[in-house]
Amino acid sequence: MRKVIKEVVSSIDQKLTLIDYFGRLFSGLSLGSILLLAALGLAITYGLLGVINLAHGEMLMIGAYATYLTQQLFTHFLPNFFDLYVLAAIPIAFLTAAVIGVILERTVIRWLYGRPLETLLATWGISLFLIQLVRQIFGAQNVEVSNPSWLSGGVEVWNVVMPYNRIAIIVFALCVLVGVWLLISRTRLGLFIRSVTQNRSMASCVGVHTARVDLMAFGLGSGIAGLAGVALSQIGNVGPDLGQAYIIDSFMVVVLGGVGQLAGSVYAALGLGAFSKLIEPGVGAVLTKILILVFIIAVIQKRPQGLFALKGRAVEN
Amino acid sequence: MSFEPKVEPLFSKFGWIGIGLFSLITFVFIPYLYLGASEQSVFQLSSYSVTLIGKIMCYCIVAVAMNLIWGYTGILSLGHGLFFALGGYSFGMYLMRQIGRDGQYQSDLPDFMVFLDWKEYPWHWFGTDSFLWALALVVLVPGVLAFVFGFFAFRSRIKGVYFSIITQALTFAFMLLFFRNETGFGGNNGFTDFKRILGYSITDPSMRAVLFVLSAAMLLGAVILSRALIRSKLGRVLTAIRDSESRLMFSGYDPIRFKLFVWTLSAVMCGIAGALYVPQVGIINPSEMSPANSIEIAVWVAVGGRGTLIGPLLGASAVNGAKSFFTQAFPEYWLFFLGLLFILVTLLMPGGIVGLLSKIKRSETSERVGG
Repeated sequence: MRKVIKEVVSSIDQKLTLIDYFGRLFSGLSLGSILLLAALGLAITYGLLGVINLAHGEMLMIGAYATYLTQQLFTHFLPNFFDLYVLAAIPIAFLTAAVIGVILERTVIRWLYGRPLETLLATWGISLFLIQLVRQIFGAQNVEVSNPSWLSGGVEVWNVVMPYNRIAIIVFALCVLVGVWLLISRTRLGLFIRSVTQNRSMASCVGVHTARVDLMAFGLGSGIAGLAGVALSQIGNVGPDLGQAYIIDSFMVVVLGGVGQLAGSVYAALGLGAFSKLIEPGVGAVLTKILILVFIIAVIQKRPQGLFALKGRAVEN
Repeated sequence: MSFEPKVEPLFSKFGWIGIGLFSLITFVFIPYLYLGASEQSVFQLSSYSVTLIGKIMCYCIVAVAMNLIWGYTGILSLGHGLFFALGGYSFGMYLMRQIGRDGQYQSDLPDFMVFLDWKEYPWHWFGTDSFLWALALVVLVPGVLAFVFGFFAFRSRIKGVYFSIITQALTFAFMLLFFRNETGFGGNNGFTDFKRILGYSITDPSMRAVLFVLSAAMLLGAVILSRALIRSKLGRVLTAIRDSESRLMFSGYDPIRFKLFVWTLSAVMCGIAGALYVPQVGIINPSEMSPANSIEIAVWVAVGGRGTLIGPLLGASAVNGAKSFFTQAFPEYWLFFLGLLFILVTLLMPGGIVGLLSKIKRSETSERVGG
């Protein structure tokens, strides 16, 4: 009798741990999709221009605030269609962030090409400026962005509650990924972006207008960050400091994944997301962050250009 | 036939005069005006201004250290605030031990440990009641961390923006670590309410004057050291790393060792600056490790002029002077100002204040020649 009970208990335990791991995997996937959305634009601009945009986090913030404004517009003018505001926010956030990105490229970043370290500082300045600007306009407090009814609640699978908004973000990240992949691999602009990423001077020699490609790519990268902002507004607080929380993590994705291929960012984002959620219950959130940093430094020992860097003959200068 | 580069003198005539003036002012005049001058005198300096100048001198040491690694060697660190804070925490541990039983709870342990219901000091507090060990920690903690981190980073040839980003992640991770109460450094309150150093009260004017003079001496030492370093053969290798690392490697040098040396030296200088800073401002908490603080250090150097001797000092003083003015007069515009400063300096004055001045000087001489 005792033996049977023991067996049953251990089998229940096993099942519980399995469910537990399933739950962790789901939150890992969800975190990974957010990281992917945040890092995708960064990977494109970094791969193409070799500059790191420290104001990228603020593009997320702008996307989230664009969502907030869309929500306010809908409550005032179209209360009957309130549930659809998120869908309307997607193009609005994309365009807002893209336009601001294009303006920044034209006014600041363009003049700093070839000086990546200065770009780092200048874009940090932009980020401080944008944060303070938003603080002056909308106040330092968080603004409230509510989920539309079809994104609230959740579905239960194997005793694991999967909130609809998390599922929606995973699907959304997938759609954005497919869209970007199509854009990069199937369109003329994508062809140009790939050519300039691989060999800027050669692309320029065969007649690609590299300055315009830079501009478009920067707009695209910022726009994707705006899309990520829409997603973030659905799961967390929207405040002026929103972008700061994600910027370092998305850089880690880019550093780990390497640049030049979308696949690198995808694997790195999902891998980091799953890894951190799997170990987080055991060691705590802070140690997880530190372990991830140690892990990335260890990986870079073996593969300095990131896990999935393009093999090329480019000589570092 | 061998080619021997001409060795420049350590300082020009003006340089020596400047050093003499600086020593006279900081070692004699300011302590005298602070301690000696009568209360009614117009020239009497308040504790506030002495502390402010002392604080800015600590920042200047950090700027000199940053200039060594970024201005001369071309490696932009976005984690120097970490080394500064670690130096501060190392000395802060000693200061906490010196509080003794004068804390809120009259316990042998610091208040935050009583609050956590700890019965004894955790292992990393071992020996911190000794002044000498605390001084050793100030050098060792940032030094060893920088050495280990630098060894792995430089060995795998992480450079450029990659390196900057990783250092930023490093300081961010440490900030999270120090925010935790369980780490044993007082969580987000950090260390404060210091009472004495070596038994002497920390608020006593003569103690303030001693700390002030020590900061000035350290700053002077840092400037002379960095000048001597840059003038030497080693300094030439460092600037070669900045200008063309591949070519240096092809000529048979191993840049890793040079980078590691100057990186560790720079971190240690920051640690010492932090240790001088903490007793003067009377508080250290994890926000000193925030990525924003570290990146601000870079802008001090950029504003003053990278790769120049005097630039970092000008930059650190100017930006921090502006900061104490703005945060009192118009606190909400400080971030606008700082943000614009970042953008405008990198766009319009890549040489910083020093670059601008020498440009003006050059155009004046050419005008004179032309006219």
